[in-house]
Amino acid sequence: MKFGVVTFPGSNCDYDAYSAVKHVMGEEVEFLWHKSSNLLGSDLVILPGGFSYGDYLRGGAIAKFSPIMEQVIKFANSGGMVMGICNGFQILTECGLLPGALMRNSHLRFSCKYIYLRVENNKNPYAYNCNVGDVLKIPIAHGEGNYYHYDGEIEKLEKNNQVIFRYCDKDGNITPEANPNGSLNNIGGICNKEGNVLGMMPHPERVVEDILGSTDGLKIFESIIASLKPIDTLG
Amino acid sequence: MTNNKKAIVYVRLKEGVLDPQGVTIHKALSQMGYNEFVSVRTGRFFELEIEANGNDIDKRLDEVCSKLLANPVIESYTVEKH
Repeated sequence: MKFGVVTFPGSNCDYDAYSAVKHVMGEEVEFLWHKSSNLLGSDLVILPGGFSYGDYLRGGAIAKFSPIMEQVIKFANSGGMVMGICNGFQILTECGLLPGALMRNSHLRFSCKYIYLRVENNKNPYAYNCNVGDVLKIPIAHGEGNYYHYDGEIEKLEKNNQVIFRYCDKDGNITPEANPNGSLNNIGGICNKEGNVLGMMPHPERVVEDILGSTDGLKIFESIIASLKPIDTLG
Repeated sequence: MTNNKKAIVYVRLKEGVLDPQGVTIHKALSQMGYNEFVSVRTGRFFELEIEANGNDIDKRLDEVCSKLLANPVIESYTVEKH
């Protein structure tokens, strides 16, 4: 399978994502330039973390109009897999591929630290190899990760099992203290209704080797690869 | 002299959406002794200069606001034309 990693001006986790896929997972991967209109046959597109277009206006607000995003939106709407990490998640909410919005962290500070995430739904390609209740140790690094949606919509999201990851403590308890940014319902990662588009604030691509402090990010990349393999290997 | 028109767009968080910056500013005001200010909400504004002969300006301004300047999930906007 082939991954594509989009580089916007200001992306700074594109090489991490590329390296995790190529050097750790051993899969084919290409960079996709923001001005390009060609996904180069990618089976999955990663919108990486960073500060696309300097975060001017709002995180992700300008990136959504770049030529590559037009193709990414078409790809996602026809069932293609798209994963947004951090700034990538912001871009996905801005362009409407994912519901809600990512607001300024409630404590107003940029937060760069390890957090714990509980897997809420594994009937989804991005958590396919996890068990519900698994706790993953993954870092965050953001100033605008406070997930918000208005009344009624959050309930729909929960009802449709679109919440894939929730911030928790190291034992998997969902507590206000474990919430690093004020996100509603401790939401750290969601998918669209169809399940092919995922957005998450934490950075799985930063924790794929022992030397990096955790390998829990591997579980997400392994899930993606397992879910995309031919159906007979899924049993 | 130019006859260009101007529009000022005010973007603010919708009512009910927590504005932590506003809360922090309000706390600072209270500490400074300005206790009569009950709350503070922040926002931002944009000045747009518009060609004098532009057509359909109201509709196009509305599009610009909803597509780019404001995020309709969390923000509302008002437009003043000059």
